[in-house]
Amino acid sequence: MSDHEYTPKSKVGKWFNDRLPLLTLANHLSDYPTPKNLNYWWTFGGILTFCLITQIVTGLVLAMHYIAHADMAFQSVEHIMRDVNYGWLIRYIHANGASMFFLAVYIHIFRSLFYGSYKSPREVIWIIGIIIYLLMMAAAFLGYVLPWGQMSFWGATVITNLFSAIPLVGEGIVTWLWGGYSVDNPTLTRFFTLHYLIPFLILGLVVLHIWALHVPGNNNPIGIDVKKPSKDTVPFHPYIVIKDGFALLMFMIVFAFFVFYTPNILGHADNYIEANPLVTPAHIVPEWYLLPFYAILRSVPDKLLGVIAMLSAILILAALPWLDTSKIRSAVFRPLYKQFYWILVADVLILGYVGAMPAEGLYLLVARIATAYYFLHFLVVLPILGFKERTTPVPLSITEPILGGSPNLAVVKKKDSFEK
Amino acid sequence: MSEKKSNRRDFLFTATYAVGAVGAGAVIWPMIDQMNPDASVKALASTEVDVSAVNPGKTITVLWRGKPVFIRRRTPEEIAEAKSVKIDDLKHPEKDEDRAKNPEWLVMLGVCTHLGCVPLDQKGDYNGWFCPCHGSHYDTSGRIRKGPAPTNMEIPEYKFVDANTIKIG
Repeated sequence: MSDHEYTPKSKVGKWFNDRLPLLTLANHLSDYPTPKNLNYWWTFGGILTFCLITQIVTGLVLAMHYIAHADMAFQSVEHIMRDVNYGWLIRYIHANGASMFFLAVYIHIFRSLFYGSYKSPREVIWIIGIIIYLLMMAAAFLGYVLPWGQMSFWGATVITNLFSAIPLVGEGIVTWLWGGYSVDNPTLTRFFTLHYLIPFLILGLVVLHIWALHVPGNNNPIGIDVKKPSKDTVPFHPYIVIKDGFALLMFMIVFAFFVFYTPNILGHADNYIEANPLVTPAHIVPEWYLLPFYAILRSVPDKLLGVIAMLSAILILAALPWLDTSKIRSAVFRPLYKQFYWILVADVLILGYVGAMPAEGLYLLVARIATAYYFLHFLVVLPILGFKERTTPVPLSITEPILGGSPNLAVVKKKDSFEK
Repeated sequence: MSEKKSNRRDFLFTATYAVGAVGAGAVIWPMIDQMNPDASVKALASTEVDVSAVNPGKTITVLWRGKPVFIRRRTPEEIAEAKSVKIDDLKHPEKDEDRAKNPEWLVMLGVCTHLGCVPLDQKGDYNGWFCPCHGSHYDTSGRIRKGPAPTNMEIPEYKFVDANTIKIG
């Protein structure tokens, strides 16, 4: 925690802080030494916190009007849109909020990939992040089922059927998940319950994520350790608070654009047709943020192996701190990794694109190549690169490139011995 | 400390853990099993369908246990096509005779065995069914011929109550 002892100035504050050190915590958060070279890619942690709070608040309000019953869910959503005061606004914020949440989380994840934020000593922060990401996908999927439209129903059918790929017990698990022999009312009510629960689990994990972050402190664009507090750091408040605040404002403009100008562009028209268990829509496509994984699922011609490939594509990220063998964190000093990084970005975008297209012909071929490359990147390229790559010289400190030398003698010594 | 005393303590620990585990299991199981199909869902186990209005070459779809069931009155050509397939060419080898006891009537769950979508009638490369979700092709006997689905479409338990009525379940 804080490097210095904190005592509140007021008598009441001191009395309270002696019994529950909340003010010490607040002081730690405010004084928290932050690398002074953080760029705008580092503002997405704050933006994501905003997204989570937005989803919880709007979700809570929607739950006051929504009815989780197969016969009434679709009507109740239309009731929210047409009758409830500002219901349209609240629902559009919630629905587009999910997309904005994923947009921000993908930027956050790819920032980590570029600057090596997942590497020692930040592996636990990274793994907690991956768990949060998995829970986000679960929450998004469960929430998408609740309006009980055609895409809700068939999305739920396809995703729950993924479990039927498990040998022997698969069918039993699917029946258990459904609470019947198909997706029906029991499925809807339990999905609503879990959709309500997961954001609070995420909130708890976010606290752990930040706690684990505050042990080693932030990584930074040049990826070297900083001594804190020193000339390399600035206090979180007001420096980072104002920077995060400005970035959040920019993000909210994008958010508001979707909510007010194109609230349905990220959804599917089929979901405004009530669920019908007798007719499957012609094209079942998940929401945009799940498309790369959907493409991986479809690119494998075997049911069980397809499901395994899709899950591995996500879980492989948890092993990333050990798959990347390079000691240098930031891609700034890794000329080859930098190129492979952008190839990976392109690969994921291509997977997302073919995931939205029908699984046939050229699309299928491209999906297969892109899937193979995705795994090659993590399982072959990254481990080898750590040994083969010639990295460029890393500065001694954040201040060195500007002022020359390090503000901390200890850092200079440590780096010197490192190079010998 | 004598040997005997520590043995007695070990026994108490083990016994406590064992009783604790049984107790936890007894509490957890109802919490898990409550999610399985309940009595009211299980009660809707069978459906009777009047098929007198179904002409050859027509399919009707009925809902049974929340799932669509295809009842197709097949044309002689379709039956011939289904019977002419070599059993070795099939991904999931089943004879047409075993799937349609009365060859004119094919009664099967209209659920793709890949991920549960409802395949489209009279589509695909084998004149049977085609699943739009992930591109599985089924033949005129509902057998998987091409695509990611692992098995043929399932045949539910059914019987002809009389010449015009099928009881499913």
